[in-house]
Amino acid sequence: MAYLSLSNVSKVFGTTTAVEDFNLEVEKGEFVSFLGPSGCGKTTTLRMIGGFEMPTTGVITLDTEDITYQSPNQRNVGMVFQSYALFPNMTIGQNISFGLQARKTPEKEIKKKVDEMLGLVHLEKHIHKYPYQLSGGQQQRIALARALAINPRVLLLDEPLSALDAKIRVELRLEIRRIQQTMGITTIYVTHDQEEALMLSDRVVVMSQGRMEQIGTPAEIYNYPSTEFVAQFVGQLNILPVTQVNKKDGTCVLAGQQVKFDQSFERSISETPRLAIRPEEIQIGIGEGRNTLKGRVETVMFLGAVVRLRVDLGGVMLSADLFNERNITLPRAGDEVVISFPEHSCWLI
Amino acid sequence: MSSKQTFIQNNKRDAPRARPSSSGWRNWIVVAPFFLFTLLFIVLPSFSLLTRAFLDNNGKFTLLNFAGLFEPSILSAYWVTIRISLATAVGGGLLGFLMAYAVTVGNLPRAVRTGLMTFSGVASNFAGVPLAFAFIATLGRTGLVTLLLKSVLKINLYDQGFNLYSFWGLTLTYMFFQFPLMILVITPALDGLKKEWREASENLGASHSMYLRKVALPILLPSILGSMILLFGNSFGAYATAYSLTGGFINLVTIVIGSQIKGDILYNPGLGYALAIGMVVVMSVMMAIYYFLRRKSERWLRQ
Repeated sequence: MAYLSLSNVSKVFGTTTAVEDFNLEVEKGEFVSFLGPSGCGKTTTLRMIGGFEMPTTGVITLDTEDITYQSPNQRNVGMVFQSYALFPNMTIGQNISFGLQARKTPEKEIKKKVDEMLGLVHLEKHIHKYPYQLSGGQQQRIALARALAINPRVLLLDEPLSALDAKIRVELRLEIRRIQQTMGITTIYVTHDQEEALMLSDRVVVMSQGRMEQIGTPAEIYNYPSTEFVAQFVGQLNILPVTQVNKKDGTCVLAGQQVKFDQSFERSISETPRLAIRPEEIQIGIGEGRNTLKGRVETVMFLGAVVRLRVDLGGVMLSADLFNERNITLPRAGDEVVISFPEHSCWLI
Repeated sequence: MSSKQTFIQNNKRDAPRARPSSSGWRNWIVVAPFFLFTLLFIVLPSFSLLTRAFLDNNGKFTLLNFAGLFEPSILSAYWVTIRISLATAVGGGLLGFLMAYAVTVGNLPRAVRTGLMTFSGVASNFAGVPLAFAFIATLGRTGLVTLLLKSVLKINLYDQGFNLYSFWGLTLTYMFFQFPLMILVITPALDGLKKEWREASENLGASHSMYLRKVALPILLPSILGSMILLFGNSFGAYATAYSLTGGFINLVTIVIGSQIKGDILYNPGLGYALAIGMVVVMSVMMAIYYFLRRKSERWLRQ
């Protein structure tokens, strides 16, 4: 049996279904992210695991124990909030020791644990400071240390990096992953940032409108999206209208030019099939054994590591991402170009 | 002139003007009524009070007015006033806090909060003769509630020791405007308690009482203290309600000041001014205590 299990869990608020028939099994030590847009039910699901919301239906078990209706203070589950939720009237040391005091841990052990946790997040010098004296990133590290101090069975993180600026966010997510792996703690992470989810997780749960769209490793989610929603939500995707679809041969016509697509990647296809392809799969120039199309460059956008071209294939616009190099020669707007991509990189949706 | 210079000149001419900053004097005009009001009705009267407290009825310098403050009847007036103010500040403060807590942090329906806030807005301003009359009509010797209790439940309040025209009767009457005032001033502070603090506390294994003791109350303490000082001041300066209800039977400082200035038998305005200065001193002491406690309780706030 899985360490953490959610079976047929749903949550209804009034007439709104926030989470619908949610099933998930998480192994001990695993890092699972809930990824989805605002209002998709990811935070509600996390809060049900934490005990802050009671499921309308379903069962939640943790380490073979049914915790569905247990109150939050009985679950021994650590939670890190988006807004840090540090107690402003307590010093950093007092914040970290709060959960241990609630458990009536001997004073000597509390001190040892506080020092250990502060060492883990590299903030030993700040033990006597108040939260307002720390930066947002430091406060969130303390919140993490506080949640870990109680040796929780599961660590829940509710968009912990959303309130931080981009650079700190990148630093802190590395820190979170390092700490999670060091402690081997089972972790559920809620985010709407796909990069965060893909980088941190062993598995990603993509959610939409209260339902689980797909669950898989980051590579599976990105390379083999099972629904159009997942394909569009995770990463950039060209969705192009095609005609004369021949599923047997694996061919179709895109902007008057024949294209071969990946037949093996079978997904439910809509009545008017479209061709899906990631921008980074496309190259400028002819490639042997690849689909080759002619077009005209509309715009060239320099994004740093990547240069994004918008190419007009004759009424159909397509994005192509080129990796930037120092000596890269870029086409200019208006240039006629040939683009190519392998057949296994595109599929019908 | 080169074309570049021409461009710069044109550019200067065409550049959008910076948003004009409001003239300083206009802002001062807007706040001038406040300063005028402060000068006319706070600074000048205070100055007048201070100087007249040192003058006798003939306009000559004297310290007798201040010596009069130490007469037993005057000291007793201060003591009664302080006791009533403390009782209503603590009683009204606690009652108001609990009610505000129930409608903000508690899970009562939103309509209860709306109703309570509306009532508080009205009741906190209901004082003076109308309030005294309302209490006489309900809890006076022949008041509606008194008679109802007597006829229905066979309880005679006045035989049980209750007297509306006594210290506790007046305290009860003051409570009518004190607890609604507490509700009005403490509610924003209670709204400021983050839900995440309670959730984090529960998540860390704390009971609700531990959360209250270690998180919620310490965070609210500065606001509670501030509100109670406001209640103390509100009661300390009350005159019309007490006078209308007891007719001067209870020896409050405000009533003594009134009788010294109105000039019945006890006409001695100099003593009245000294009494008023004494009230300022008492309030200053209370403010100093409040300031000390607040500093102690909110070390954790950004200074």
